[in-house]
Amino acid sequence: MADLSINFAGIKAPNPFWLASAPPTNSGYQIMKAYEAGWGGAVWKTLGMPTINVSSRYGATNYRDTRMAGFSNIELISDRPLEDNLREMREVTKRFPNHATIASLMVDTRQEWNDIIKMVEDAGAAGIELNFGCPHGMCERGMGSAVGQDPVVLKTIVEWVMDAASIPVITKLSPNISHITDPGMAAVEAKTDAISLINTVKSIVGIDLDTYAPYPVVDGKGTNGGYCGPAVKPIALHMLKELKQHPQIKDTPVSGIGGIETWRDVVEYILLGATSVQVCTAAMHYGFGIVREMEAGLRKFMDERGYQTIYDFAGKALPNVTEWKHLNLEYSVKAKINEDKCVGCDLCYIACDDGAHQAIALPQEGQGRIPSIIEENCVGCNLCSLVCPVEGCITMERKDDGSKHRTWDERTQADNIPNTWNDDRAGGKGHYVPEPALALENKRKDRSKW
Amino acid sequence: MAEYKRPANEAEFQANFKQKKPLMNATQAYYESSRCLFCYDAPCMNACPTGIDIPLFIKQIHTGNVEGAAKTIYDANWLGNACGTVCPTGVLCEGSCVYNNQDVPPLQIGRLQNFATKSVIDQNKAMYQPGPDNGKKVAIIGAGPAGIACACELRTLGYAVDIFEAKEKPSGLTVYGIAPYKITNEEVLAEMKYLQDQLGYNVHYNQAITSKEQITQLENDYDAIFLGVGLGATAFRNLPGEDKNGVYGAVEFIEDLRMNHEKTHVGNRVIVLGGGNTAMDAASESARMGASEVTLAYRGSKEKMGAYDFEYELAVGAGVKGVFDASPTEILGNGSVSGVKFKRASGEEFVMECDMVIKATGQAKQGSFFSLIDGLELDDKTRIKVNPETNQSTNPKYFAGGDAINGGAEVVNGAHDGKLAARGIDAWLK
Ligand SMILES: Cc1cc2nc3c(=O)[nH]c(=O)nc-3n(C[C@H](O)[C@H](O)[C@H](O)COP(=O)(O)OP(=O)(O)OC[C@H]3O[C@@H](n4cnc5c(N)ncnc54)[C@H](O)[C@@H]3O)c2cc1C
Ligand SMILES: Cc1cc2nc3c(=O)[nH]c(=O)nc-3n(C[C@H](O)[C@H](O)[C@H](O)COP(=O)(O)O)c2cc1C
Ligand code: SF4
Ligand code: SF4
Ligand code: SF4
Repeated sequence: MADLSINFAGIKAPNPFWLASAPPTNSGYQIMKAYEAGWGGAVWKTLGMPTINVSSRYGATNYRDTRMAGFSNIELISDRPLEDNLREMREVTKRFPNHATIASLMVDTRQEWNDIIKMVEDAGAAGIELNFGCPHGMCERGMGSAVGQDPVVLKTIVEWVMDAASIPVITKLSPNISHITDPGMAAVEAKTDAISLINTVKSIVGIDLDTYAPYPVVDGKGTNGGYCGPAVKPIALHMLKELKQHPQIKDTPVSGIGGIETWRDVVEYILLGATSVQVCTAAMHYGFGIVREMEAGLRKFMDERGYQTIYDFAGKALPNVTEWKHLNLEYSVKAKINEDKCVGCDLCYIACDDGAHQAIALPQEGQGRIPSIIEENCVGCNLCSLVCPVEGCITMERKDDGSKHRTWDERTQADNIPNTWNDDRAGGKGHYVPEPALALENKRKDRSKW
Repeated sequence: MAEYKRPANEAEFQANFKQKKPLMNATQAYYESSRCLFCYDAPCMNACPTGIDIPLFIKQIHTGNVEGAAKTIYDANWLGNACGTVCPTGVLCEGSCVYNNQDVPPLQIGRLQNFATKSVIDQNKAMYQPGPDNGKKVAIIGAGPAGIACACELRTLGYAVDIFEAKEKPSGLTVYGIAPYKITNEEVLAEMKYLQDQLGYNVHYNQAITSKEQITQLENDYDAIFLGVGLGATAFRNLPGEDKNGVYGAVEFIEDLRMNHEKTHVGNRVIVLGGGNTAMDAASESARMGASEVTLAYRGSKEKMGAYDFEYELAVGAGVKGVFDASPTEILGNGSVSGVKFKRASGEEFVMECDMVIKATGQAKQGSFFSLIDGLELDDKTRIKVNPETNQSTNPKYFAGGDAINGGAEVVNGAHDGKLAARGIDAWLK
């Protein structure tokens, strides 16, 4: 049976499922409850300078009937007295010595860093996480993402911390930056023990149509929030990959954060090299109980593939993430419709006709509603298979025989790339496109009978 | 049997005739509407006789534009609210929803439709106004779904409209004939009021048009005439004993039920003759009124019945027993009915006892009324012949729609015909 325990940069935990520094880790009560529920670690809600929070703090992006596909907040770091937090931390670490109880910190001056590090070490913290991410409020005071966005400042602070700390240090990065490797390098150069990412993405989740103010509305006004939840996972995965493929950063352990909710999310993060994961929104949405699903799913995955520990497959997808120019231009897939599964919604038809390559035909009048692929026109873009509401109904079938392999890079080296306006070697040359005027004839079916 | 107790008051009546398609609440509508795939050239829409843009109104409900959804519905169907509950959606829109192809329950289109229309009716949100007066006048005979739809459409086009209606309420069989568990009188009439308040056509109640003089008068006073007279009373079947006490026509029985609810007389042992939807309704209704035994007797086999399967199942669910291969030959009894004599195809005869007979053996045609109108051609089933594009009859001044041209279909067909005829009238008078 799989062994889920980890040693993350010297921080040991019974499993890689940690709660991210956020409201679910606001108190000792919550963290103990989470450990009881099965979480392996928790990064305490960021401690630091005293704050005051507003009321009306969260907003969400709902998609159809899915609540909180994206989630946004304008909350600051912990507004509870440091003393209370430390007392509770001491109790948690005493009762759960084998769990990864990590203190997230955000202060300003070197002296403050030195002092607070000492205090959390005394309280038994297994590690420290540096919050350089908060993109609202704290950054206006020169902390949080103001640091995360300035690699020079970040490096200096991490150096202070590394000087002062005797327990492992995780530097938490902000995604609000063009190249995540810049702050990543700064952290590594300052000798951080590990990195975690992402913190929240600067965002406005929506505008209230009555007050004309952004959500969450605070007495008629709003401010940019930090976006997280399922919607940000793709951004986070990409940044994780950037770090894990960077020659100087890749050996630094990364705790993956952003939109993690299910075992699949967890596996994807590990495949791109994360060796612990942190969760906030999913726990805020469903409570601590969701960890049951993550754990059961991860175990099943590992048992089926014969992995003993997560290190057996950590980073396994990295070699397959490459640059566009190394993709095989000779590879060819075409859509195929399984007529037994098709329900006849014709969404694939209209998607391809209006949004892709006019490669799907409707049946003749009176011949039902199952469309067909016009293979000559299909460029294999996948769109139809993505819009099809029936799982596995449209599949993309490989058409080339696999014998040829030619990339843009190889073609460039062979001086065989299109490089003039009307170059015959361009991809779309000779590809069928209907005459523009046909659009006017193919108007929506005659509705005059109604 | 006797699953239903005889209702003693209105509350008990409503309990026995509980609405089959109750109004959705906002949460139900939100989740249900989220399921719609927004199909291209949607099959549900193609299955709707009035062509309501169903994916559009469902999406509008989902995005909180409920009024817009109601507008989408009414733009296509003036009886949008009635249709939501009374349409046989299982064989129309919902029956065509692509989800059926995967054995996933189809969208509850009818209930979503009501969610939108009921909302604007309850808030009395006016969405239409009469078009600028064009100085022309149209008379409509019959305030059924076809007549009302025609009136609404004509008013938006600027015509003055007078409806002549034999009865005292609008909507025809929608209020007088449809089973009470499909829609309440209040709900039907609320929609009628909602439409009339916005569009301002005149309805002259208790004004049957029955004579040549009246017809001539109308022809003189109006630029065009729309016939939305539906079908007539229950047809006489020349069955020996048909005149005995306790023998009722289905349409008359149902009208009595719709108007008088629990006060309607229903026997203890009821035999319903017929195999169409009206027979199913009458049988279900007798059972719900607390008859201890209701038998549905049909001359052919179960498969041959004209009724929708779901209507038969609904009747059986209410406790009705079906007897097939049973042609009635005589109604027995000494003054009052005491039984019916049947004959099987094999020639075998048998008697079933009862104290009430409901004949659901078809409605009479309006042939004698139609004969008052010059040049009005009928087909071999006494249906008015019309041009299917304009609903104009062979007498160009007359247009027609609803049961009078289709021999008895659904409310939605009447609604569609009325709209079409109004456009036909407009094209003809221009
Ligand atoms: C028992 C029963 C159950 C039904 N159930 C359903 C159902 O569940 N769902 C559904 O969609 N459809 C149902 N129908 C069918 C539906 O009611 C009709 O198809 C629809 O009402 C037809 O509309 P119409 O306007 O053509 O005629 P009608 O509704 O019949 O209206 C005709 C109107 O014209 C009036 N009229 C007739 N002659 C004259 C005259 N000479 N002068 C003045 N006024 C006149 C009548 O009083 C009546 O108001 C049912 C029908 C019956 C009989
Ligand atoms: C309300 C709220 C408050 C947060 N506060 C903190 C914080 O104090 N310190 C911190 O490092 N990150 C904070 N975060 C960011 C989360 O730890 C996490 O990085 C982010 O939410 C992405 O993970 P998720 O998609 O699982 O929510 C906060 C997030 C939310 C939603
Ligand atoms: S893969 Fe793209 S081009 Fe091919 S049929 Fe599907 S949508 Fe059209
Ligand atoms: S999208 Fe899928 S289900 Fe819909 S018509 Fe195309 S193949 Fe069929
Ligand atoms: S067929 Fe069903 S899923 Fe498709 S548009 Fe109509 S209601 Fe929506």
